[in-house]
Amino acid sequence: MTNRPLDLDTAFSAIADPTRRAILVRLAKGEATVTELAEPFEMSQPAVSQHLKVLEDAGLVAHRIVGTKRPRRLEKAGIQAIDLWLANLRESLEKNYERLDEVLAAMKPDRKETQR
Amino acid sequence: MNDTMSKMTLHTEGDTHVVVTRRFAAPPEAVYRAHTEPQLLQKWLLGPAGWTMPVCINEARPGGAIRYEWANGKGGGFYLTGEYLELEPNRRIVHVERMHLPDPTPDNHVETRFDADGGGTLMTMRMTLPDAQTRATMLATGMEHGMEASYARLEELL
Repeated sequence: MTNRPLDLDTAFSAIADPTRRAILVRLAKGEATVTELAEPFEMSQPAVSQHLKVLEDAGLVAHRIVGTKRPRRLEKAGIQAIDLWLANLRESLEKNYERLDEVLAAMKPDRKETQR
Repeated sequence: MNDTMSKMTLHTEGDTHVVVTRRFAAPPEAVYRAHTEPQLLQKWLLGPAGWTMPVCINEARPGGAIRYEWANGKGGGFYLTGEYLELEPNRRIVHVERMHLPDPTPDNHVETRFDADGGGTLMTMRMTLPDAQTRATMLATGMEHGMEASYARLEELL
């Protein structure tokens, strides 16, 4: 499960849903059971379980078995794959726009040739 | 301009979109010019450090061609081609583009809006890929360069 090839397609489909994103943000703070997850979202446990299944299939969430409970946690590899890409794209875009800020500053009317 | 003003946002939307927003301390006319005039584009649309854009063809009219070629000065390079679909001067640009790596990627349909925002501009760039698989591939391509990861950043993005 942990070593499966990264499937960003499935991962991005999984995080396209706002409830599932909220579940990920909650799990980023620590492990939680279905009951604990259902509470703040005012959702039925089966509904939460369904979302968790999508997240698990996408490799973003994992669980362990403790007695009758199955606490869920973030699956590091899947989360990092997404984060890696977003950080990458974000960083190169940010650099471009910082350069654009400078280009725009140099275009200010007082420095520009008068038009017409 | 403070950080809140200039902060860029980037998020995925639905199965096929990627949306980027950014504020600039210049009026829409200036930001639009910087997106359509080759001599301005060559100053900022450069990607990773050390890269330049020796070729910049930008025919800013409907049906006009786009061709950007990047080089790292060490023999490495790649290019992008595209066509303009719609242009509303100083307000909105709609174009399609594809990267050549060297095989062409599926078309990325991009709508870029420049909205007046106080004394500056709010730019909203909305990319639409043909399907979820293509978006995922586009996203995955960016991973080749590798960067360190952090949960904090993920939380911020989500």
